[in-house]
Amino acid sequence: MAEVPNIAPVLPEIFLALAAMSLLMLGVFQKAVTPDGVMRASRLTSGLGVLTLFLAMLLVFTVSGDTKMAFDGLFVSDPFATFVKVLILIASIMSLVLAQNWLEHQGAHRFEFAILVIFATLGMMMMVSAGNLMSLYMGLELQSLSLYVLAAFHRDDTRSTEAGLKYFVLGALASGFVLYGSSLVYGFSGTTDFTTIAATVAAQEHTPMGLIIGLVFVMAGLAFKVSAVPFHMWTPDVYEGAPTPVTAFFAVAPKVAAIALFLRVMVGPFGSLVAEWQQVVVVISVLSMALGAFAAIAQVNIKRMMAYSSIGHVGYALIGLAVGNEAGVTGVLVYLAIYVFMNIGTFACIMAMRRGDRQVESINELGGLAKTHPGMAAVLAVFMFSMAGIPPLAGFFGKFYIFLAAIEAQLYALAIIGVLASVVSAYYYLRIIKIMYFDDAGIEPLESPLPRTITGVLAVSGVVIVLFFLVPAPVITWAGAAAASLF
Amino acid sequence: MFGFEHLLSVLIFLPLAGAGFILVIPGDDEVAVRNARRTALFASSFTFVMSLFLWFGFDTTTADFQFVEKAEWIPTYNITYHLGVDGISMLFVMLTTLLTPICVLASWDSIKSRVKEYMIAFLILETMMVGMFCALDMVIFYIFFEAVLIPMFLIIGVWGGQRRVYASYKLFLYTLAGSVLMLLAILVMYRQAGTTDIPTLMATRFDPNLQIWLWLAFFASFAVKVPMWPVHTWLPDAHVEAPTAGSVILAGVLLKFGGYGFIRFSLPMFPDASVYFTPLIYGLSIVAVIYTSLVALVQHDMKKLIAYSSIAHMGFVTAGTFTMTTQGVEGAVYQMLSHGVVSAALFLCVGVIYDRLHTREISAYGGLVHKMPTYAFVFMLFMMASVGLPGTGGFVGEFLVLAGLFKANTWVAAFVATGVILGAAYMLYLYRRVVFGALEKDEVKKMLDMSPREIAVFAPLIVLTVWMGIYPASFLDVMHVSVDNLLGQVQIALDASKAAVVAGH
Repeated sequence: MAEVPNIAPVLPEIFLALAAMSLLMLGVFQKAVTPDGVMRASRLTSGLGVLTLFLAMLLVFTVSGDTKMAFDGLFVSDPFATFVKVLILIASIMSLVLAQNWLEHQGAHRFEFAILVIFATLGMMMMVSAGNLMSLYMGLELQSLSLYVLAAFHRDDTRSTEAGLKYFVLGALASGFVLYGSSLVYGFSGTTDFTTIAATVAAQEHTPMGLIIGLVFVMAGLAFKVSAVPFHMWTPDVYEGAPTPVTAFFAVAPKVAAIALFLRVMVGPFGSLVAEWQQVVVVISVLSMALGAFAAIAQVNIKRMMAYSSIGHVGYALIGLAVGNEAGVTGVLVYLAIYVFMNIGTFACIMAMRRGDRQVESINELGGLAKTHPGMAAVLAVFMFSMAGIPPLAGFFGKFYIFLAAIEAQLYALAIIGVLASVVSAYYYLRIIKIMYFDDAGIEPLESPLPRTITGVLAVSGVVIVLFFLVPAPVITWAGAAAASLF
Repeated sequence: MFGFEHLLSVLIFLPLAGAGFILVIPGDDEVAVRNARRTALFASSFTFVMSLFLWFGFDTTTADFQFVEKAEWIPTYNITYHLGVDGISMLFVMLTTLLTPICVLASWDSIKSRVKEYMIAFLILETMMVGMFCALDMVIFYIFFEAVLIPMFLIIGVWGGQRRVYASYKLFLYTLAGSVLMLLAILVMYRQAGTTDIPTLMATRFDPNLQIWLWLAFFASFAVKVPMWPVHTWLPDAHVEAPTAGSVILAGVLLKFGGYGFIRFSLPMFPDASVYFTPLIYGLSIVAVIYTSLVALVQHDMKKLIAYSSIAHMGFVTAGTFTMTTQGVEGAVYQMLSHGVVSAALFLCVGVIYDRLHTREISAYGGLVHKMPTYAFVFMLFMMASVGLPGTGGFVGEFLVLAGLFKANTWVAAFVATGVILGAAYMLYLYRRVVFGALEKDEVKKMLDMSPREIAVFAPLIVLTVWMGIYPASFLDVMHVSVDNLLGQVQIALDASKAAVVAGH
């Protein structure tokens, strides 16, 4: 009798896939031809989409626990995956909540948006649970293809289509890198399974050059996905061109997923090659921090500035990877958890920057915000201080654990460059605060009152960032347990 | 009894609670603004009253940390919420709780826009400052130490003068650049000792070679805060642009972070490195005392002049601290306390006439004594205290520092002592130009003498300055046991490493 595969660990993903397809059917059969119908269909799928993601999060908790394999090791469900999946789902939920109002204002509301977000989320969850180079690639591509479409979602806007095309061309190249690297790794280790690769690599006395080249190609592809320097070029353009809710989504969920995947691939199958890849990670980490800090200073568009800011943040997260041990991974996970809330909150503020029908994106438009919108200005100031890593805000703790890990691993130079880059980046974060608080308001204030969805997301993320210091222990303990499962 | 077990937490979070109350005051009208001012005054005064329990409940016969609180915070990393005060930090807590209500009172009429936010910023600032002095865990210390930047940045940037943006950026980035290196040093210490608990770290012996690096990292942070020449340039800018109360708190408390840090961390934790770097500190202190005094002589702006005088006075503090003699360290602490009171009062003095004429140019004034006799008296008192006239707080500190310095190094003492003369020169010159001379300018003729509110602001500071000058024992007794214990520990550590060197040969 054929054995029934154990699909229990994959339940959240299966649920998401089925739900997304049902929502697609639902959307199609709405027969939305009138403007009212289009609006109704998009609201319905968006609402149900949030619900779906929320249920998926509950399912993730249900199947969490010890490390479980499914489909002969293609799929791994361990505490690490659980931690990251929860983050991804939180990020997706908040992005989706924020998006609807914005899309309606821009006349770009279509029911496919929520479905694409769900499919992208599904791809990310597959990525972080990948236990095999093939499932890794599958997850990565499902995610990427959904994101290409999302970037071009505002199809009447040339910038958006341009962003989508640019992202697609460069993203496909990066996927090619990953695929080519994977094939080399397969060729020189004879397997695509992570645990078997790890065992093979550890057993080899001399690592074959082909395997190293394969590893470098995989790393280049992954560095592209996390937008680390020197593979960051697409980021500012795509962030600027994509519709703002999509940028918000890009800035958090895929980043978290890609960094988590990076961690899993590096410390999993290639864990014993740490001496080979550590220098590479150190270099891209330093470059990312430096470029993120210096290039952001000159930006006038806030979305572009946030793109460079996110490149810088990836640089910090990569310090944790460069350390390559449990403390480092713990640091990265804590960092990512805090990063999600800071960024979603900031993008909620960016989405609230509206004058009449016009969405504004210049940093100077924030002038005098402290007088016209004191609440929003205060929350945005909190996010900016937090990103600069000023205690007692949450961003400080993110950096704290990363640097702690770096110091413990005696990567002193990396730590020193990191903190100095954070001082430089403080300069441009302060600029936002300066414009909001020290400058006078422009000709007309930004639109008020803020939509309820934005206020809600701002409140949640603001509270998390401000009050994180009160009870940091649970998150840190959880991240520690998640990191331990990788080793 | 409640309040005594958790007295320090109460002192830290009471102002924060006050800030929370102000936050929920609705509206922006006259009534709301008045309520915000009153709430801030009440919260900070109540904190001061509570801190009196600290003063009276303090046991001066022990060097142990008192009013200790310890609670788990991040157990995985062995970081605890650990608070406590000894004879040194207790005095700084008192200074902070005293100056904050005075600042609130001093801003009563001069701050007209965004009063609620201003008061919230000040109360948060008080929370951070008190927390910094009470912290007995490096991470807690660092959090409070750094967090001070947020309210200070906003206070200068929002309510400051013409070049406020430049000044606030400079303050923020200078201090941040110094402190992040200290953060790394803290992490290295954690890696070595496995804890961030300050009392434990004080008893830990770090490798002398490592001490050099750790000392330098801490120095980067504290030297900016003190500030020491050549990283002092942020201070004149920050002082000039800050609103009066901002200058008061900056000179009164924030500058003490650096000196306190040297005494609390650099000396006991890195004794070998401290000895090694003493010549550097002496050199920088001498430059600070002489050079900044000369710079102060040629200033046209009153606030800038007092800012430079602060740097010179802080030169005494750093020099005194690194003599590692009882007189020197006690003198340094005393000098910080009296400077906290006196420079705060001097900035308030500038604020009084600035509120009337809206200029800080010395040449705009002259002959004030004819129109404002009370003011002339108050200003004279603090001017004399700043110069170090016997009978004022300033004298005791400078005298003790010089006594300690003579023991340690006569040449350094001789150079630093010239600061006293130069101090007299620039302060008297300032006073002559502002208060004496002919009453010629029309605007000055219209100025009124101090109001009862302003007198109320100065009264506690006058009492304190004279008290510190006439009966210093009430403050020296508090710190004496702690300072002795500290220096004893340093000596033991130094002897131990000397013995190790001898054994090695």
